[in-house]
Amino acid sequence: MADEPNVHQPKTDIAPGYTFGTVTDQIASVVLTRRTPFFWYAAFGAGLVLLLLFLLAVGVLFVKGTGIWGLRTPVMWGFAITNFVWWIGIGHAGTLISAILLLLNQRWRNSINRFAEAMTLFAVACAGMFPVLHLGRPWLAYWLFPYPNTMGVQPNFRSPLVWDVFAVSTYATVSLMFWFVGLMPDLATLRDRTHNRLARFAYGILAMGWRGSARHWSVYETATLLLAGLATPLVLSVHTVVSFDFTIAIVPGWHTTFLPPYFVAGAIYSGFAMVLALAIPLRSIYGLQGLITDRHLDNSAKVMLATGLIVAYAYILETFSAWYGGNTYEQAMVWHRMTGPYAVSYWSLMLCNILAPQALWFKRVRSKPVFLFISAIVVLVGMWLERYVIIVSSLAQDFLPSSWSIFQATRWDWATYIGTIGLFLFLFFLFIRLLPMISIFEVRTLLPSAKVEEEAES
Amino acid sequence: MIKPIYGLMAEFETPTALVAAARAAREKGYRKLDAYSPFPIEELTDALHLHHNKLPLIVLLGGIVGGLAGYLLQYYVTVVYFPINIAGRPLHSWPSYIVIAFETTILFAAISAVLGMLALCGLPMPYHPTFNVPRFALASRNRFFLCIESRDPLFDRASTIEFLETLEPREVSEVAP
Repeated sequence: MADEPNVHQPKTDIAPGYTFGTVTDQIASVVLTRRTPFFWYAAFGAGLVLLLLFLLAVGVLFVKGTGIWGLRTPVMWGFAITNFVWWIGIGHAGTLISAILLLLNQRWRNSINRFAEAMTLFAVACAGMFPVLHLGRPWLAYWLFPYPNTMGVQPNFRSPLVWDVFAVSTYATVSLMFWFVGLMPDLATLRDRTHNRLARFAYGILAMGWRGSARHWSVYETATLLLAGLATPLVLSVHTVVSFDFTIAIVPGWHTTFLPPYFVAGAIYSGFAMVLALAIPLRSIYGLQGLITDRHLDNSAKVMLATGLIVAYAYILETFSAWYGGNTYEQAMVWHRMTGPYAVSYWSLMLCNILAPQALWFKRVRSKPVFLFISAIVVLVGMWLERYVIIVSSLAQDFLPSSWSIFQATRWDWATYIGTIGLFLFLFFLFIRLLPMISIFEVRTLLPSAKVEEEAES
Repeated sequence: MIKPIYGLMAEFETPTALVAAARAAREKGYRKLDAYSPFPIEELTDALHLHHNKLPLIVLLGGIVGGLAGYLLQYYVTVVYFPINIAGRPLHSWPSYIVIAFETTILFAAISAVLGMLALCGLPMPYHPTFNVPRFALASRNRFFLCIESRDPLFDRASTIEFLETLEPREVSEVAP
């Protein structure tokens, strides 16, 4: 068979020239041996400073209460829920890459899934802050869960807000487990590669004695597939449940059936934007262009474009159904969004989410990392504005004009929001420093030499 | 007196060599053997006949238990323990229970997948005889190992070394228990 011409050139998912050894060494050296670059200190430091701002804002909130935010009747959800929905949406791309693309056998995902999963985890951590802080008495957050108590009361399971508690906490738990299971073989690699006794002990404990046995690999592969199969409906359900917080209410602009798919598409849209915003600087700082190739950026940009078009369709449908439905309040809501006090936010979000991403149709734009980075940031801003407009404009002007009131964000609103970006950066760069940011064992399987050559049956 | 050993380990440079060696060892009649590689190899699973494991069943049971637990919890709370009339809806308002029952199904199934995987692998196991082979550290980098354990009925130190040498390994070493 060997003299047959090689008709089908297999497409490589990473740059040619890598071996098992060099892949391992290049990824592990970021954690183990290489000097920490200045960029890491700058980004981690910025994260730390903003994290301190977050702690200050939370401290003031604990002392004075939610009145320090711009929450006034009727806009009682304001920034807190906007930020919650924005962050949780960002997390969704990580699960999409790690679970859905695994089930679809998209092997290029192997070099971006690890840090995308970490992104999910930290985005969910940031998201979780907001509903809890928004409770007013956050130290009583455990009242959200059903548990036997002397008060003799229980949560109302007919409320979507309680569904949200279960959906988000399940999502956080499953994402953490999926991420940790994926890390085990790489932790074993770090354990075997490090010369530092403390690091060997720490990685050794975390790797749980992983030794790459074929028996273990076979169970491990089953476990990964099953977890991916479980995480796929989970990720779609989480943002659906988040959208139920809105759709089950009768507020104009919220009470529609297409909000769940619209929210899920928006989540993946913003999540891929965050993946690009993180991957582009990281790969150039750490010289990982051979592993996170231009093809990865190109694919992520295409997913962003596709989900962006779904989101654009949802915006058009929202306007159309308000007009076609003939409901006065829905029509007034759309009119208020377009021309009212939030018109600037509304038209900026149209610009950021619909118009700007159309540039991604062009190969020349998608092949320039700088352009991709800029459009990712534009999409992140646009998606934040979208959530802001949905939540705030619907609440500010609902049925009765006498109860209308305009939401004004205070400096503490901004401090808490920017503070969670600090928390995210802090956790993310800690992860970059301490754990392999690319899944080493999954990248090994991408190498041509990983293929077992079968001898021709005689 | 000869000290007892855990087994004999052969080192290979490519996955193809390891799979071929594993097949040869099975054909020779060895059954207590294990292969070690830095990434999962589908063909190796075939060669060692490892395809069946109980994990899917464990996950299925976990999911069923989770779904029932989530549904019954809500039923118990809203119908028995803390019944409140909200807008005249029936106490057993099952459509509202679907979301939480779904989430607990996924949660319990995922926890069973992780704990079941660890249990079936016998992890965490901080000590294992294979770690005594100095070159075994490369099993998590770029080398492939086949270990025939001394508890195999066919195991005989001299003849097994001889057999492993015929597989053209890079090196054969004894594994201290």
